[in-house]
Amino acid sequence: MPIITYREAIRQAIDEEMQRDESVFILGEEVAQYDGAYKVTQGLWKKYGSERVIDTPIVEAGFTGIAIGAAMAGLRPIVEWMTFNFSLLALDQVVNNAAKMLYMSGGQIKVPIVFRGPNGPAEFLSSQHSQAFQSYYAHIPGLKVVAPSTPYDAKGMLKSAIRDDNPVVFLEAELMYAWQGEVPEGEYLLPLNKADIKRQGKDITLITYSKPIKVVQEAARQLEKEGISSEIIDLRSLRPIDEETLYASVRKTNRCVVCDESWPVASVGSHVAWLISKNCFDDLDAPVELVCSEDVPMPYNHTLELAVQPSVEKVVAAARKVLYL
Amino acid sequence: MFTEYDPLKDTMLQILDCSGNIINPKFMPDLSMAQIKEAYNWMLYARIADIKAVSYQRQGRMYTYPPNLGQEASALGSAMALGKEDWMIPAYRELAAWLYRGVTLKDVYLFWGGHEDGGKFSNAKNIIPPCVPIGSQTLHAVGIAYSLKYKKQNSIALTYIGDGGTSEGDFHEAMNYAGVWRVPLVFVCQNNQYAISTPRNKQTAAKSLAIKAIGYGLKGIQVDGNDFFAVYAAATAAAKEVRSGGMPIFIECITYRQGAHTTSDDPTRYREKEEEEIWLQRDPLKRLKAYLVQKQEWHEEEDRKLQSQYEKEIEEQFAQAERHPYPLKDVFQYMYVETPENLRKQHIEYEKFLNWKETQKWQ
Repeated sequence: MPIITYREAIRQAIDEEMQRDESVFILGEEVAQYDGAYKVTQGLWKKYGSERVIDTPIVEAGFTGIAIGAAMAGLRPIVEWMTFNFSLLALDQVVNNAAKMLYMSGGQIKVPIVFRGPNGPAEFLSSQHSQAFQSYYAHIPGLKVVAPSTPYDAKGMLKSAIRDDNPVVFLEAELMYAWQGEVPEGEYLLPLNKADIKRQGKDITLITYSKPIKVVQEAARQLEKEGISSEIIDLRSLRPIDEETLYASVRKTNRCVVCDESWPVASVGSHVAWLISKNCFDDLDAPVELVCSEDVPMPYNHTLELAVQPSVEKVVAAARKVLYL
Repeated sequence: MFTEYDPLKDTMLQILDCSGNIINPKFMPDLSMAQIKEAYNWMLYARIADIKAVSYQRQGRMYTYPPNLGQEASALGSAMALGKEDWMIPAYRELAAWLYRGVTLKDVYLFWGGHEDGGKFSNAKNIIPPCVPIGSQTLHAVGIAYSLKYKKQNSIALTYIGDGGTSEGDFHEAMNYAGVWRVPLVFVCQNNQYAISTPRNKQTAAKSLAIKAIGYGLKGIQVDGNDFFAVYAAATAAAKEVRSGGMPIFIECITYRQGAHTTSDDPTRYREKEEEEIWLQRDPLKRLKAYLVQKQEWHEEEDRKLQSQYEKEIEEQFAQAERHPYPLKDVFQYMYVETPENLRKQHIEYEKFLNWKETQKWQ
């Protein structure tokens, strides 16, 4: 099976869907001639031209609102936000229009649209350009929110997202673009509502999604050295959350740590911790632990920026705590 | 027309004066007497429906409502410029335009009565439900117009906004993109002089709103928004121009909100009676009626008869809306194209709760 990067997986998904369906187009800042700020749209402008790969003026609310309009009229736009930090400027359009149009039109007007781009802490980007905003979107009824962590998941889920008739927020990460993984040749689609068990285990359930998956995987290796078998669940979908997969795992292991690089208050991670505490109360042998970013803006200094985020040591410490070790 | 009424010249297109005379025959649109009468009828129907909506709200039978009184010509004149395949992207104060487009009054009453079925506008084609977040619809209009261009359809889009909305970022972004992408789009601004209580001169220091078009490379025009002929003439010319690939056009209709901003507002707190009286003299229906009466095409007697006929029709539409059920399932079923499992479970849990609630004694 070919090994490709996360970036290439996304590019392939967009390319294949544009090839397959003429109503698919992509717009955003620098996506066309420049091949994307993170080179995700490499070569697409040359292949599809300026009508389908569109460089926009620097106005996030503007091109987001326009794409929503185009979706209402039957096109399937992919909106690239250069990063989710800039998506805040377009939040009104996403929350008040994309997410509500079907509801407010009594089920008449669909908004088949994908909002995608890198989200979450990166490196050396400081407090305004290195933030995790998934909880903002996961909070909103009417949206689907996904955050795949491997090239395989990214490609299959992005293709499904583009074909979905609902607005889908698709979260990538700057530091994941170069990650590599096996992706089969030929077409495949993955569901937008299923978690994935990335590692089987029996002593503890580690739940995470997106970039922290590697932190959690390394923590699992460390724990294994101590004879602890971890099951890792990758949420993949943040809205809706595949609750049954989580509960089945926790009912087996009786212990759970959630790792989420968001801030702790009202986050996807804190919600998952609550769901498990509520629905697996009788199965839990210890309170659910949440490993998240410290409740502060992202420092610019590299030592400090690493210090405030989830780390292997923090996950191991949390796991030891719920295992009473 | 757009050269003669270039916004930089600070002139306003007017064809029909306040006494019903044609003062600018050069731009008088080519409409048959039957069409003019039809326009008057639509304006009258919309006016009665609007007045009744306010009274239904006052009786506690409907929720907050934004009156259209005095703005019928701006809404209808622009809507009549559209073809069947064209798109209308409303703000929320264009009742006559929606009705002309085919939206049933029952749907309108349902919409303002808080029923999602009201937003279906199922009887009408290519119209988006009203957009209450100020200005955001103008961006959707650019997107819809782009999709028409993209699919190489010969259709155009027309969107509405108010004077207050022209201060929103979304509006400026829409004007900017509309120009850069050269989409087939007409912006119609109903400048009714007030954004709730904020008068036009506190909205912008610009001499006119139409002048804003210039900065984005668009064409603009200021028209007498209470003059049906002027609005229709400008909108028709604009539609023709954008349909043939011209730059988008921004039409500023100078009109007046004779009523309150919404039924929650009291305009006597911020404007003078004298001002209201001046604008009553410019009322769009009075003017068009005066024209028809002068031409001996209309009589007060007919007017009264038509009014009472419309009143009955409108009451029946409201009665239908009032009988419409509000089932709990509606709030769940319209969230996604297919209801996700979690939401389906939430709905089931809620129904269980309601059943339990029924069985309890509550004090």
